[in-house]
Amino acid sequence: MTRNRGNRALAALALAALVAGCATTGDRAPSKADPFEPFNRAMYAIHEPIDTNIVRPIAQAWVDYVPTPVQSAVRTFFGNIEDGFSAFNGLLQGKWEKAGNDLGRLTVNVWGFGVVDIASQAGIPKGDEDFGQTFGYWGIPQGPYLFVPLIGPTTVRDGTGLVIRAYASPLLYVVDDVPLRNVLWFLGAIDLRAQLLDASRVVDQAALDHYTFIRRSYLQRREYQVYDGNPPKKDDDE
Amino acid sequence: MTFPIDTLRRAILLGALALFALPALAQEAPDALVKRVSQEVLQVIKTDPKVQAGDQARIRELIETKLVQHFDFSRMTALAMGRNWAKATPEQQKRLAEEFKSLLVRTYSNALVQYRNQQIDYKPLRADASATDVTVKTEVIRQGQPPVPIDYSLTKGPDGWKAFDVIVGGVSLVTNYRDEFNEQIRQGGVDGLVNSLSARNKGGAAK
Repeated sequence: MTRNRGNRALAALALAALVAGCATTGDRAPSKADPFEPFNRAMYAIHEPIDTNIVRPIAQAWVDYVPTPVQSAVRTFFGNIEDGFSAFNGLLQGKWEKAGNDLGRLTVNVWGFGVVDIASQAGIPKGDEDFGQTFGYWGIPQGPYLFVPLIGPTTVRDGTGLVIRAYASPLLYVVDDVPLRNVLWFLGAIDLRAQLLDASRVVDQAALDHYTFIRRSYLQRREYQVYDGNPPKKDDDE
Repeated sequence: MTFPIDTLRRAILLGALALFALPALAQEAPDALVKRVSQEVLQVIKTDPKVQAGDQARIRELIETKLVQHFDFSRMTALAMGRNWAKATPEQQKRLAEEFKSLLVRTYSNALVQYRNQQIDYKPLRADASATDVTVKTEVIRQGQPPVPIDYSLTKGPDGWKAFDVIVGGVSLVTNYRDEFNEQIRQGGVDGLVNSLSARNKGGAAK
């Protein structure tokens, strides 16, 4: 019964979003990278109040009130998992040096029992390769831009990478205890949001229109990452 | 009557000094310039009690006195406007550059407050000695997170190198505004953009 009601509420929400989306179609220049802009804007309108009023304050409280050693233990724990994925994706792109660094970090951090980041203290650079970048490196284009509530900006290509990443998470296979796993997911999500607090402040300060600013930033950043800091020069008005 | 000779000699000496000193200053390599200026600014940030306390006015003053002269704001504005730049009158261009400058200064001061003593790596410059457009690459090293690359695009002008873009984590401060500027101009013309920039700078909330 509850589930049914939940589904219906969700359907109503999606419908409302679609209607709101269609209503605003006419008054904006279409963007090549964002053919679903009206729908995405509706999704952003759902996301924004949830983020501002719930998720962001929790992340801020985490940064302000949780003891630093706990914060860094959580960051290191999830950072190690990311290092594993970064190494894997580095290998898929033939970036041996980066992959080597990430594998080195993992090896060294075993001695920190997964919660002390010895590798960073030793100055081994942390990689940031992911599935979306691997697809990009292989020549797969971004595809349409998507804004997903709670997840944030992504694209068809990067979103596919995120789904693979989610299903490949070692937490799913290593941690059998569901409540514990949920707590870990939650902590990971809070830490992830906490890492974006500075960026949010800059967006608040700099943007004329948050949606457009975030979209452009996201697409630029991903392009830069795929080309490892040397993206091809773009023509005007792209 | 030694006076004229002395004066003359001093004048020649000064003139010669100026001749040698000025080109030396103007010819400071772009990577050296980025390193010197950013280290000067970071030094103040680390030691100035007012900045440490988060005094925005003081930070803005620091940017105005140390950084602003190294940026070419009208080129930045032209880049952000794309092909719309040519549609603006010289008067509008001037106002746009002014408003865009204050927006960038505010954004930059906000970002500087967040600086927490991280180490900065200055990468060796990869450019021909004769190049007039270069990118100076730096990286902010963070504990337990991937480094944030910060690239400075500079161009060589009559009075030395000037930056016309800063690319933080792959995001260009300048071209990031192109969609927004286009949209504003499409809706309200160039004057519409001037007005919404100025409203934003006066502390109006973003949409």
